[in-house]
Amino acid sequence: MNSLFYQKNSPRNIGDKVFTSLSLICVVIAILPLIFLVTYILIKGGAQITPELFTLEPNPPGDDLDAGGINPALIGTLIITTIASIIAIPVGVGGGIYLAEYSKGGPFSRFIRFGVNVLAGVPSIIAGVFIYALIVSTKILFGSMYSGLAGGMALSILMLPTVIKTTDEGLKLVPNELRYASLGVGASMYTTILKITLPSAFRSIATGVVLGIARAAGETAPLIFTALFSYYYITGFGDLFYEMGSLAVLIYNFALEPYDAQNQLAWAASFILVLSILSVNIFSRILAALTEKTKRV
Amino acid sequence: MQKNNILSLEDVSISYGKFEAVKNIFCNFKKGDITSLIGPSGCGKSTVLRSLNRMNDLIPNCSLKGTVLFDGTNIYDKRVDPVEVRRRIGMVFQQPNPFPKSIYENIAFGARINGYVGDMDDLVELSLKKAALWSECKDKLNDSGYSLSGGQQQRLCIARTIAIEPEIILMDEPCSALDPISTLKIEETMHELKKNYTIIIVTHNMQQALRVSDMTAFFNAIEYEDGDGGKVGYLAEFNSTKKIFSSPKEKTTQEYISGKFG
Repeated sequence: MNSLFYQKNSPRNIGDKVFTSLSLICVVIAILPLIFLVTYILIKGGAQITPELFTLEPNPPGDDLDAGGINPALIGTLIITTIASIIAIPVGVGGGIYLAEYSKGGPFSRFIRFGVNVLAGVPSIIAGVFIYALIVSTKILFGSMYSGLAGGMALSILMLPTVIKTTDEGLKLVPNELRYASLGVGASMYTTILKITLPSAFRSIATGVVLGIARAAGETAPLIFTALFSYYYITGFGDLFYEMGSLAVLIYNFALEPYDAQNQLAWAASFILVLSILSVNIFSRILAALTEKTKRV
Repeated sequence: MQKNNILSLEDVSISYGKFEAVKNIFCNFKKGDITSLIGPSGCGKSTVLRSLNRMNDLIPNCSLKGTVLFDGTNIYDKRVDPVEVRRRIGMVFQQPNPFPKSIYENIAFGARINGYVGDMDDLVELSLKKAALWSECKDKLNDSGYSLSGGQQQRLCIARTIAIEPEIILMDEPCSALDPISTLKIEETMHELKKNYTIIIVTHNMQQALRVSDMTAFFNAIEYEDGDGGKVGYLAEFNSTKKIFSSPKEKTTQEYISGKFG
């Protein structure tokens, strides 16, 4: 008769221990790169942070020791992501509304949902090449070639699937009773969506939008083909039609330079980029947490 | 006194896809009456109720054959706008479903989209009074509709429906999610409302049908003639509530109201 007490040396319990430790080791290995990456960038880049960094133009690579600042790239990233948002958010939310509210689950909407998933998996460089072929090489935008506008368009392609999917899913979480209630008091479909369903789903949609923005802001490949890079301050509206710098491309360009000053600047830019994407992600988490709370009322 | 028919079903059959839910319903609802629809689960009484203000349009694959005459117009005519139908035939649902807005806005929403031009404060007060909710919430009109209890929420939904001044109010088991005291309050509210509105109510509670309604329609379900086990609902008996409960003509009605099945 076996004892009821825990047998330390039984094969079953040893196997259990081994398996537990194995999975623990794997999870540590998995998280290590993130910890190293963030600390390395924080240390390397954090040391370079000065007030001038945010105000100066970067100096072209050369023998002079001072590399300047990242002001044009920082502003450029802001502008390009804003352009991407202006395009992707209305189109994406509109598409999500169609899928969740109007479509009846027929072949067309199934095809759209499938297409959105495919688009979400498209490598970002393809989005860049696509806009390059469509806009940059054809000079279709008032004869300008590489431009911030083209960069924003490339990023909007990457944002679109996230925005469509989160809008679709956020709206599907709104209970049908609420729609019936609104239609039952004689509201039309569009009043119901604008006044009842969209506000109820607002926070989950906002979370998705913010995540989409965070993804787009860190992309490099699509910008190399579209916005290219610029060393100069952004001074006015017209600059949208010319090459525009961005943090991601600045890192790409300057990290490869043989000069130490430029390398340092790339580290500083990495620090700013990682920090801002991190804070945007945390912001979206807070939004999501708020959503959880409101759902329970 | 002969009351006028406000709503008439003429040979109405409703199906979900290929499956027929109710078949060949003939029924006249009189203006100013409270009519109960009773019957066992799956007999299609809720389906019939939802067809009366085209709520069934929102359910995929749901189709209706026959005519539903309201005010002399077939509401299933191609030229009819379902939004307009729902403005004149309001609905209260099984689960209380206030909007995630303030109590005041819950009532003002429907009125505003229906182009109400009078004093909104007056309308909110009047509607809440008619739904017997005013005394309980007059001091917290700006609180969320969700802050109310289930019974209060349901009366808020009734107030919201009254605010759009419909001619008919449809109620789909309005008390099934509520406790007996809230149920009683809603029933009192219905008696008040009877003066101005026609009410059609689906209920599982036969005592409730007996308490509130003038007319009762008993729905039943029979198996298909081809015998594959599916059931189709039909209107078994329609008469004054008194007659249905004291001297029903059909044997099944007798059995149902005495609790032998259902």
